[in-house]
Amino acid sequence: MITVVRPGPLTTVQDLGRPGYAHLGVPRSGALDQPALRRANALVGNPATAAGLETTLMGCALRFERAVRVAVTGAVATVRIDKVPVDGEVIDVPAGSVLDIGRATRGVRSYLAVAGGIGVEPVLGSRSTDTLSGLGPAKLADGMTLPIGDATGGPPPGPTVEVADELLLGVRLGPRDDWFAAAELFSSAYAVSPVSNRVGCRLAGSALTRTKLGELPSEGVVLGAVQVPADGQPLIFLADHPTTGGYPVIGVVDDVTPLAQARPGSTVRFREFH
Amino acid sequence: MIECRDGEQVEAWRAEFWRRRESGELTVTDIVPGARTVLLDGVAPGTAELLGEWPEPDFAQLTSERQIEISTTFDGEDLPDVASHWGVSVPEAVDRLVNAELIVAFCGFAPGFAYMRGLPEEWSVPRLAAPRPRVPAGAVGLAGPYAGIYPTASPGGWRLVGHTGQELFDVRAEPPALLTPGTRVRLVPA
Repeated sequence: MITVVRPGPLTTVQDLGRPGYAHLGVPRSGALDQPALRRANALVGNPATAAGLETTLMGCALRFERAVRVAVTGAVATVRIDKVPVDGEVIDVPAGSVLDIGRATRGVRSYLAVAGGIGVEPVLGSRSTDTLSGLGPAKLADGMTLPIGDATGGPPPGPTVEVADELLLGVRLGPRDDWFAAAELFSSAYAVSPVSNRVGCRLAGSALTRTKLGELPSEGVVLGAVQVPADGQPLIFLADHPTTGGYPVIGVVDDVTPLAQARPGSTVRFREFH
Repeated sequence: MIECRDGEQVEAWRAEFWRRRESGELTVTDIVPGARTVLLDGVAPGTAELLGEWPEPDFAQLTSERQIEISTTFDGEDLPDVASHWGVSVPEAVDRLVNAELIVAFCGFAPGFAYMRGLPEEWSVPRLAAPRPRVPAGAVGLAGPYAGIYPTASPGGWRLVGHTGQELFDVRAEPPALLTPGTRVRLVPA
């Protein structure tokens, strides 16, 4: 059993999400930085599908009832056991100790995997908290307890991914690039807006020019879709994105992982990806 | 994503993709219909070429696997407004809704929220200028050419014509949504 000592502003249970229900309006959800969660799970011997915790900027603190091996990956942050800083991604937490993941000094989101996985009840095949629809467990709160599961048998860990300060994202144009002067997307730099969240990464910069006016009938959208609302400032859909939308999508980012760790104010540029 | 000329063609392709996935001809994670499109997300390489070889399916040949009656109390706050938009009395507006043969075009907005078409285009009603901060679960509303039912309480701008006590979304059920794309729906007076 794990007891939440300090939940942080937004710490949620995340696994690889619940794809396959988009036609019913159910977002895919799941860890924003999947390579980081996969690595954390692998480091403690969990299968890739095990659930861990995803923190946001300020980390979190947890008390462990029994001794357990954990791994912390993702953002750069100081990790402490009973207030003493510890090195390395894999940590053996003694029974009764408090693990504290500190403020992210680079990146945004830390991932904590616990040997056995977080054992909350799955909802539609996933333990992920979906911040858009409310499916899955509630976000962590003071005093909340989380069961530890019994998942075992995982792949070897993948490499650590460096957190970048400037992002160059590959974009495949379409389906609605013909509604814009699309070349503008590749010629300007954008800043990650502080109102970004698990639903989408909002960008601030020069507004994209609409060349086709009118309203788009609602259509399906995918992870990484670059949607352009009426104000012309692009928004990149992340894991908790709605399944259909009525604003045109100028293109789709091929890999949203770097955005999971992009701090507000970070620079984002796009390059065309064929 | 494929573009369709109307909602019937959307449904024909959606059902066709579904059938081909079931039979193992198509590998895809999500088949997501929209108002005029069908999106295939998470496809195997070479799927685009495969699609080009498939003949266009015919909506008229479809036999819907799901038919649902929604027991509805027609007491919505906006029912008089809707009736006056249509230029009819409130009882006549209710008759139109009860006699409508609805079909779920697509889902979105929230898990289990179905956009149902089947009302004539000329009966389209605009959304409320200012959305209500809270619409209760089970509220039946109209917006544009669509009818919809709120599965959970949420803010909303649809014009409310009634409510139902039926559960629209249940994570323990399979499928979890009562109103899945392609389902034929009748609003039956409670």
